[in-house]
Amino acid sequence: MRVPLSWLAEYVELSQGTTPEDVHAALVRVGLEEEEIHRTDLSGPIVVGEVLEFVEEPQKNGKTIRWCQVRVAPEGETAADGGESVHGIVCGASNFFVGDKVAVTLPGAVLPGPFPIAARKTYGHVSDGMIASSKELGLGDEHDGILRLTELGLADAPVGADVIALLGLDDSAVEINVTPDRGYAFSIRGVAREYAHATGAAFTDPAEAFDRPAAREGGYPVAIQDQAPIRGRVGASVFVARTVRGVDVSRATPQWMSSRLRLAGIRSISLPVDITNYVMLEMGQPIHGYDLATLRGQIVVRRAEPGERLTTLDGQDRALHSEDLLITDDSGPIGLAGVMGGATTEIGDGTRDILIEAARFDTVSIARTARRHKLPSEASKRFERGVDPNVASNAADRVAQLLVELAGGSVDEETTVIDDAETSGAITLPEGYVSGLVGFEADREETIAALREVGCVVDDSAADLAVTPPSWRPDITERADLAEEVARILGYDRIPALLPVAPPGRGLTAAQILRRRVADALAAWGATEVLAYPFVSAEQNALFGAPDGDTPEAVRVANPLDATVPFLRTSLLPGLLAIAGRNQSRGLTDLTIFESGTVFRPARGRSYGQRELPAGSARPTPEQLAKLQDGIPPQPRHVSVVALGNRLPKRVGESAVPAGLADVLAAVQVVALATGVRIDVTQGSHHAFHPGRTAALSVSGAPIGFAGELLPAVARSVDLPRTVAALELDLDAVIAAAPATVAASPIQVMPAATQDLSLVVANRVPAAAVLAAVREGAGELLEDVRLVDDYRGQGLEEGTKSLTFALRFRSGDHTLTAAEASAAKLAGSALAGSRFGATIRE
Amino acid sequence: MIVSEPTPITEDGVSAAVDAALAAVASATDSASLKQVRAEHTGERSTLARLNGELRNVAPDQKASLGKLVGQARGRVNQAVAAREQELVVEEENARLAAETVDVTAVATAYRPGARHPLTLLQERVSDVFVGMGWEIAEGPEVESEWFNFDALNFDADHPARAMQDTFFVDPVDSHLVLRTHTSPVQIRALLERELPVYVLAPGRTYRTDELDATHTPVFSQFEGLAVDKGLTMAHLRGTLEHAARTLFGDEAQIRLRPSYFPFTEPSAELDLWHPTFSGGARWIEWGGCGMVHPNLLRAAGIDPEVYSGFAFGMGLERTLMFRSDVQDMRDMVEGDIRFSQQFGMVV
Repeated sequence: MRVPLSWLAEYVELSQGTTPEDVHAALVRVGLEEEEIHRTDLSGPIVVGEVLEFVEEPQKNGKTIRWCQVRVAPEGETAADGGESVHGIVCGASNFFVGDKVAVTLPGAVLPGPFPIAARKTYGHVSDGMIASSKELGLGDEHDGILRLTELGLADAPVGADVIALLGLDDSAVEINVTPDRGYAFSIRGVAREYAHATGAAFTDPAEAFDRPAAREGGYPVAIQDQAPIRGRVGASVFVARTVRGVDVSRATPQWMSSRLRLAGIRSISLPVDITNYVMLEMGQPIHGYDLATLRGQIVVRRAEPGERLTTLDGQDRALHSEDLLITDDSGPIGLAGVMGGATTEIGDGTRDILIEAARFDTVSIARTARRHKLPSEASKRFERGVDPNVASNAADRVAQLLVELAGGSVDEETTVIDDAETSGAITLPEGYVSGLVGFEADREETIAALREVGCVVDDSAADLAVTPPSWRPDITERADLAEEVARILGYDRIPALLPVAPPGRGLTAAQILRRRVADALAAWGATEVLAYPFVSAEQNALFGAPDGDTPEAVRVANPLDATVPFLRTSLLPGLLAIAGRNQSRGLTDLTIFESGTVFRPARGRSYGQRELPAGSARPTPEQLAKLQDGIPPQPRHVSVVALGNRLPKRVGESAVPAGLADVLAAVQVVALATGVRIDVTQGSHHAFHPGRTAALSVSGAPIGFAGELLPAVARSVDLPRTVAALELDLDAVIAAAPATVAASPIQVMPAATQDLSLVVANRVPAAAVLAAVREGAGELLEDVRLVDDYRGQGLEEGTKSLTFALRFRSGDHTLTAAEASAAKLAGSALAGSRFGATIRE
Repeated sequence: MIVSEPTPITEDGVSAAVDAALAAVASATDSASLKQVRAEHTGERSTLARLNGELRNVAPDQKASLGKLVGQARGRVNQAVAAREQELVVEEENARLAAETVDVTAVATAYRPGARHPLTLLQERVSDVFVGMGWEIAEGPEVESEWFNFDALNFDADHPARAMQDTFFVDPVDSHLVLRTHTSPVQIRALLERELPVYVLAPGRTYRTDELDATHTPVFSQFEGLAVDKGLTMAHLRGTLEHAARTLFGDEAQIRLRPSYFPFTEPSAELDLWHPTFSGGARWIEWGGCGMVHPNLLRAAGIDPEVYSGFAFGMGLERTLMFRSDVQDMRDMVEGDIRFSQQFGMVV
């Protein structure tokens, strides 16, 4: 909402020298947040001039200029710039006549731009000033020539008069952000009241501030016949209509009005339309004007019928919905009630008699229609927030009065008034309630005074107050709303600071702690955390969402910002690869990055969500809650790592170490260490990964992810080098397997015996399986076993390999003999032999 | 067996052998040459060893005196060898250490710098502030039912406030699933699931249909607090926010409340934060929204607003990071350029 200060000052006292910044500062205190300040940045002298004569002079460039003599001060007086009373001015426009009054910017003036005016030589003359166009004065976008004051109804303006004052160019407007509960602040009336609340300045209600024309029943026939109220609420509760006859629609809108409309951000259209907009801005009551001659019979307000259409004022032919509330006459629909009028009854050049409509339409009905037809109009914006039901009559009268005054009509005394508006009941405000909510002591007197100030009627005959909110505040429905009114009038600064004492908390959950630990450990290990958007394409989900290449089920966004990525990720890898690419393109080629984040994994063959939701006004039943919960797709947290380029760069005396499979396998162990969970690594396969360099990860036999190198073709497709190592695992699943506590084993201090064991097995047998067999077979004396070599080639049969393990044995109660250690080693070797045909390599 | 001429043991002979041995020891310059000296002068074929062997042949009355003579001589030589050996070990170790000297500023290490993202670090930091007050950290899904995201939060289906939030809807739209527009649905979940009183902080990712630019991102994070207990007032709200502001920004931080509107609070307030060292000078910055939990929200959770009251607040994590760490451009937080995270390392 933009509020011209001159307009605001009509209804609330603005002390001398009040700046737009002051008004903003005052309004923000009562909850109207500041936006911009709008003003016309120009300075004089700009005066009314009269064209005395001109000579047309064709130029070589094909243009014709006019060399004009313009009177800029009464005869015998000095002009505002100190010069002669008649100035010679070159003008390129040709839309004016001798005798026209025009706006002359004299040397010394500055137009918006800034564009300083000085006497200058042009086209063979010294042009002593400039005749201004509307655009140059910041009045509008019209390009067609200069501004003729006659067109503004200012033919009688005295020569030499200050144009800035005459056209209201010295006015400015403050723009404020109106929160959705304060529909009434979409009016000068509401803002003036709020300004009074903030400053204590005297307020006059514009709805009461003018002489209302006499009225009596029997106006234009109107009926409200809502056959299908929405949520039980009839579409129109108030409908006031007045008739003004014999108006001259060709008259110019007076400058004070068009200036204010312009500052308020409303374009001037024609006098009658400008008047309806002006009154809407002033009182917050949207007004519609009909060309009376085009109306056919009784006006009926009703819902649309199947197949009905309407061409609205913007020229759009619209198919109507059965919930749309319409204004109709015998010819059919003539307007989308409260949203936009129809073309057939529009006020035009030939209009003589005008029917004024000031109605109050239901908030929900208007909101739905405006959204359905994508028509957020000035009217709908006000109706959907709620319009004061008591202001319709005053607003209709004010329009009638202005039409008579400015367009020369006469008002019919007969008036149509339908008023079925419900009146809001009193709210009980128990003693102490306000203080108990706002935390400072608001005594009875100041509470009552604050409530009365905002317009409430307060019955204080009992200890508990009975408070009836004002008609313009439909948002005040319960005592908490009253508490806010009291607090904001008395000032939020009165609220003291007290620290509440929460009951003893349990700290972070185990899962929250482990998630932090995983991220910290990965970072300390050398990976950099990044955060990717979760929006991906179907192809990206198909690539990484499932190991077998099946396209996974995915959540689709109905209104994506980027239509090429309408799905939510089923894997973190697309995002990490895109980020890797971005870093590469910035010359950062050695990368180990990770993300810990949510993926969205709806199950196949079922749908989520529900068509009908429980009411938000009460706790749902356990069944309803279970259904709501069941309708949420699974959203596990994953962790992913991508490594490429060099793990370690070339250093003094050391070559670079390229990143690869080993890095992501190390990352798996970092996660395992951080969570205390054993993650098993086995040979795996994934359609986006290298067929021979991919590990399947599992915890207690349950698959939890993959680590490996991407297929070179996949890496290439995202513009990354051939070798890109990647890991993705289900962090929630890992954390779920984390031990709650760790049971410690006693540390044995007897001397250890170490031995090596080389076993020959077929190439296809995984080393980890052989190691597990050795460990199991060797029994309790084996303290530690590690694979130290994998030899293939000379001395071995084709298709076999020799795996060398370093074993460390220890007993808890005596020094082991070599024989005991050897016996344990042979037992391990024997089990590997029976499982995999392993033989000891001599 | 070699039969040699018996050599008589004389004082001069012993003395000469000792002198020769000591000279050889002194001239040994490294362990290897000393080893050779030791063999030559103390070994089986050395003069002293031979003289020692001769003791068998001397007359019994001379055995004691000659034995003492030879024994002392051998002792002197062995001692000299041992002493020289010790000297050489030290010399050689010193030489080795000297040779091993490196430029410690040019040593190749296996270290590489990793980093956390400052947003997640800040989220943890904020969480710790509240955990320190006894609050718990609550969580909820990012794809959320409209019932939790709007209906239960007193957003009427037809109220303009619902359109105010630029929502990402899940397809099909009549499934009534959305990408949560705020972390407030976690409030309702906390109230439905937990025993009263409730003091929770809900940090997390949120979504709105804003195009990415220097100050907007469609994917952002919030932290939202909720306390529901008996007797809570706006004074407790202010006290909590003031404590959080000072813990996160330092003791000089101040807060201010201004009247505002949110569907889920009544009374509602905008929260401004003041700090003397903000870039651009000491000034007030809009930090978030807050207020007393709307009675309708308590009713949606089955809580009697006559008995319990509560307060809630919500702040943007990106915005908080922007003025806490002077991040100028939102895009730096979302693009994943490793240089951005690496500025922070493990500390925010």
